[in-house]
Amino acid sequence: MVTAFMEKTTENQAVQSSSQSHKESILKVNNLEIFYGEKRAVNGISMDIEKKSITALIGPSGCGKSTFLRSINRMNDLIPGARAEGEIIYEDLNILSEQINVVALRKEIGMVFQKPNPFPKSIYENITHALKFAGIKKKSKLDEIVEESLKKAALWEEVKDRLHKSALSLSGGQQQRLCIARTIAMKPTVMLLDEPSSALDPISNAKVEDLIVDLKQEYSIIIVTHNMQQASRISDKTAFFLSGDIIEYDYTEKIFTNPAVKKTEEYISGRFG
Amino acid sequence: MSTRTNFDNDLNELKGLLVKMAEKSEYAIKEAMIALINQDMEKAKQVIDGDNEIDDLEYEINDKALLLIARQSPVATDLRKISVALKVSSEVERFADIAVNIAKSALHLGNQKHFKEIIDIPRMMGMALEMVSDSIKAYYSEDIELAKKSAEKDDEVDKMFGSLIQELLSYIPENPNATNQIIQLSFVCRYIERIADHSTNIAENVIYLVTGNRINLNA
Repeated sequence: MVTAFMEKTTENQAVQSSSQSHKESILKVNNLEIFYGEKRAVNGISMDIEKKSITALIGPSGCGKSTFLRSINRMNDLIPGARAEGEIIYEDLNILSEQINVVALRKEIGMVFQKPNPFPKSIYENITHALKFAGIKKKSKLDEIVEESLKKAALWEEVKDRLHKSALSLSGGQQQRLCIARTIAMKPTVMLLDEPSSALDPISNAKVEDLIVDLKQEYSIIIVTHNMQQASRISDKTAFFLSGDIIEYDYTEKIFTNPAVKKTEEYISGRFG
Repeated sequence: MSTRTNFDNDLNELKGLLVKMAEKSEYAIKEAMIALINQDMEKAKQVIDGDNEIDDLEYEINDKALLLIARQSPVATDLRKISVALKVSSEVERFADIAVNIAKSALHLGNQKHFKEIIDIPRMMGMALEMVSDSIKAYYSEDIELAKKSAEKDDEVDKMFGSLIQELLSYIPENPNATNQIIQLSFVCRYIERIADHSTNIAENVIYLVTGNRINLNA
């Protein structure tokens, strides 16, 4: 699986961990810089992301947190003029390397966006579409994965009798959980969530938050959120971004009760941003 | 006005209410002590009657604090400001209760002649009241140094309490008729010692408020 997203094997990309954290790391970011043309959006950040935990990225609009999130599964490749320097080490390989098979990478590092974006197809097909593309054709296998993914996304009970109805008939909250199920179906190790519940009503938001907390049993989750309460409720660690830098990165409990940096406190308590 | 500005105003208002409650409680303690020394029954009754007003202020502070938690989802220093206001308000409420206890002792003692002149108890009270005043000032101005300074006096109050109790009890054999009076005065010493302890708790809360760290100043 490790080499699934490598087109060529490389020998010199194993990187030693420079810092130790309490939990094992899934991602190690070393001096990452991201540019949009001439403009630098992320200024050489370094951080370790813990395995099977929830890491929240917070900060005002334009601080670089979404740009960073998107770089983790190379979504920025789609933006003309965007380029990244430095390293994001995953399974001893640099994600930013040109030799990475981006399609295979995105199977392991899945993404869910702010606005639910189901395909205009049935609930069932939303999940099986990518699986078929990845070569899984057997109906019984597809059925099994659909059920398993929807159960993990806490949606199965609500949709099991209408799997072949249009996904667009679902409520916003259900659509977002379907998008999470669609990501789960690819059996990722890391899930990137870009404000996944900001467009949802409070009940749907609570369901998505419960789901995210459940999912960390199996996946490493990185979530961008503008909702401070959400970050404090569900995340294990929080990174505060400002103008392309990480101002503070620590356990969420510490960040929200006694942050070390004044700017962090000013942001989380609504004094700016 | 921005939401944040309103929140800051609400936090200041909360602090203001607490300082008002503390001033009333401090005044009640002083009045209770004067009632005891001067055997002023009327004053003692006024202290007891005035306790309701202080209790109401505590309820108001608690309601306001809970409303701010519910509406503002405070974090970090804001959250500590509110949680400390809740804790300090209950310490201050204890001051007022102690004032009532001293006033009740004054009523118990009535107009019976003091078996000796009461000198050391007001002295001990003076020291405890300095602690009250400094700890509240430290809370108001978020002054860690003043908080520590006020708590330093707790040991002296404790020592004074120990020696005063011994002294008072030593008078019983020679003054058996004054036993009730001596016991009441011993209670008063104990109340004063508790005032110093509650002041120290306030000082600890001030340090927690400012630094986020808990320090035991009563060790």
